[in-house]
Amino acid sequence: MSFPWAEQYAPKHPLMRYLDEKLPLPRLVYNAVGAGYPVPRNLNYFWNFGVLAGAALAIQIITGIVLAMHYAANGAVAFDSVEHIMRDVNAGWLLRYAHANGASMFFIVVYLHIFRGLYYGSYKAPREMVWLLGLVIFLLMMATAFMGYVLPWGQMSFWGAKVITGLFGAIPLVGEPIQTWLLGGFAPDNAALNRFFSLHYLLPFVIAAVIVLHIWALHIPGSSNPTGVEVKGPQDTVPFHPYYTAKDGFGLGVFLLVFAALLFYAPNYLGHADNYIPANPLSTPAHIVPEWYFWPFYAILRAFTVDFILPAKLWGVLAMFAAILLLFFLPWLDKSSVRSANYRPLYRKFFWFGLVPCVLVLGYCGGAPAEEPYVMISQIAAAYYFAHFLIILPIVSKIERPLPLPNSITEAVLAGKDGATLSTNTASAQPAE
Amino acid sequence: MVRPIGFLVGLGFVGVLLWSLLWGAIAYVSEPPAPTAEHAFHKHPKHEVAFSFTGPFGKFDQGQLQRGFKVYKEVCAACHSLRLVSFRDLQNIGFTEGQVKTIASEWAIETPSINPETGEPATRKSIPADRFPSPFANEVAARAANAGALPPDLSLMTKARHDGTNYVYSLLTGYVDQKGYKNEKGEELLKAFPDAKTGEGLHFNPYFANLNLAMAPPLTGNDQVTFDDGTKSTVPQMAQDVAAFLTWTAEPKLENRHSVGLGVIIFLLFFTVLTWMAYQNIWRDKKGH
Repeated sequence: MSFPWAEQYAPKHPLMRYLDEKLPLPRLVYNAVGAGYPVPRNLNYFWNFGVLAGAALAIQIITGIVLAMHYAANGAVAFDSVEHIMRDVNAGWLLRYAHANGASMFFIVVYLHIFRGLYYGSYKAPREMVWLLGLVIFLLMMATAFMGYVLPWGQMSFWGAKVITGLFGAIPLVGEPIQTWLLGGFAPDNAALNRFFSLHYLLPFVIAAVIVLHIWALHIPGSSNPTGVEVKGPQDTVPFHPYYTAKDGFGLGVFLLVFAALLFYAPNYLGHADNYIPANPLSTPAHIVPEWYFWPFYAILRAFTVDFILPAKLWGVLAMFAAILLLFFLPWLDKSSVRSANYRPLYRKFFWFGLVPCVLVLGYCGGAPAEEPYVMISQIAAAYYFAHFLIILPIVSKIERPLPLPNSITEAVLAGKDGATLSTNTASAQPAE
Repeated sequence: MVRPIGFLVGLGFVGVLLWSLLWGAIAYVSEPPAPTAEHAFHKHPKHEVAFSFTGPFGKFDQGQLQRGFKVYKEVCAACHSLRLVSFRDLQNIGFTEGQVKTIASEWAIETPSINPETGEPATRKSIPADRFPSPFANEVAARAANAGALPPDLSLMTKARHDGTNYVYSLLTGYVDQKGYKNEKGEELLKAFPDAKTGEGLHFNPYFANLNLAMAPPLTGNDQVTFDDGTKSTVPQMAQDVAAFLTWTAEPKLENRHSVGLGVIIFLLFFTVLTWMAYQNIWRDKKGH
């Protein structure tokens, strides 16, 4: 499952040889993230974010397990138990701020990881399964993060839970029974809080399991690279260890610096003040907004304001889920055989001037109040989002004339055009069109 | 099959979105959203006080926290609870163990308890381990004593409002006469919105979200609270001291956070430089470009 020139695990110490015979766990690690995994030599910093996402998950699981030792999932005391952690538990403030901001860091690196996949065509054959499993992880993360935000039982926890489970109420006929079943009642209460806590504890381990599949599926074709040209021989690769462990070590340092700056000096910057008010079913906050990482999808949900055959709310719910689900079909929507956008002049234009600003604008509007002009702006941006993936991308992949690809990774590296840099300028890449 | 179906789904969503946009635009043009009094006259918190605890090296000023505590005790505590803070926590702002014991036992409201012989509800003097007792037995009692309004708990107030420390300061110093009140653009509130006149039992304050709140101006004049350290007791002084005190009650570990953070960042800078050097060293022979 690896390239034939991959370095072979050869334990020298008798104990390691013994272990290799009985339980070849070191061999597995060696082949997965050690010297036994040959990786293209031209990866740029955008290839750091997978490892960083794994590190973020580890931080979340470790801080989360300790927090769970002090937290009480009961509507009467949940809010105060979080404040107990902040005030009376040794280093409790550190654990809780690390967990809350760690979730944001997890989403930041995962969004950059997805961005990398979209720009460099990592979703294309032969890596479709890697992409699909990645999207499964993303969905599980969203569910986990949403339920985690409910646990402090503040105003935004309660009303966020109410709005999001209310989405299921938009489904015709069976919607309301489903909503009641999900919540264990007619509104979020103790039953909902308890099951959210249970699932919030479970899902990270499911994520870890899917990550194993994600990496397993990745190791069959091997990692992609910025040129999008497949590995042709040993000269194109370097062993993962020490080359990429060293680079990932540096990436981890930068990641932790950003994380520490946020955690220690702006721990509430990404949160909402209303969540420091205990949940009150009788008082609706002026603006109910989810955490920032849901804003683009929240903007799509709220962009549908007019009934058209179906009720507007149902359109919003369908569109919000479709916005994520359509990514599952991306490997088949984009038929271009060229992977990297560095060699796709037309796709690159739509990517930089269409998709990227569109998602940023949706994010901004999702965090803004549901007023004009934000609603109209998010309607335009959401329309572009769907058009980009479902209409523009399939057409572009048909009509586009890609730039000539290098013959191999090594050729690109030696020519100084390793394709390792992101390019926005179409003209400078190849004027020969 | 994926692409034709995708194309139709895409057209569907784009069509409905543009349809929504069309109706939204028509409504926007034919009936532009009317500005509300809150929109036009609500003010963001003032930033005129330089608090000692802002910035990455910020620390609390213990003298200020003790003054703020006195303002809370003599003014705010009559209506507002501080239910997440314990008397013992006061030792962290410079009170001695003995002083804390005295403060607890002399607190105007006693801690709810039971009569040890009959089991009847009773009260007892507080001890340092107790939380600050609430001025009202429950929400109904609080509302009954405050013309239907509920004085919120103040433990987390500076984190439960945007820009909370400055918000508390601005609110306490922001009461003005509504008559003739103008915003920065020079528009007069009661001329632009005659209906926005402050109702019976309410008080006008542009820093409050909907401009009118039930709380009467709590800080009314000089020397309302006598400071033990000789600081001149003016309304802005009392307001900033109590805003600082409430920042401490909301974030008692702020100083730990700042100092641990400094150590962590210095360590990480060192770690990152080392990993950068290791990375460069290992790739030395591969970077032929």
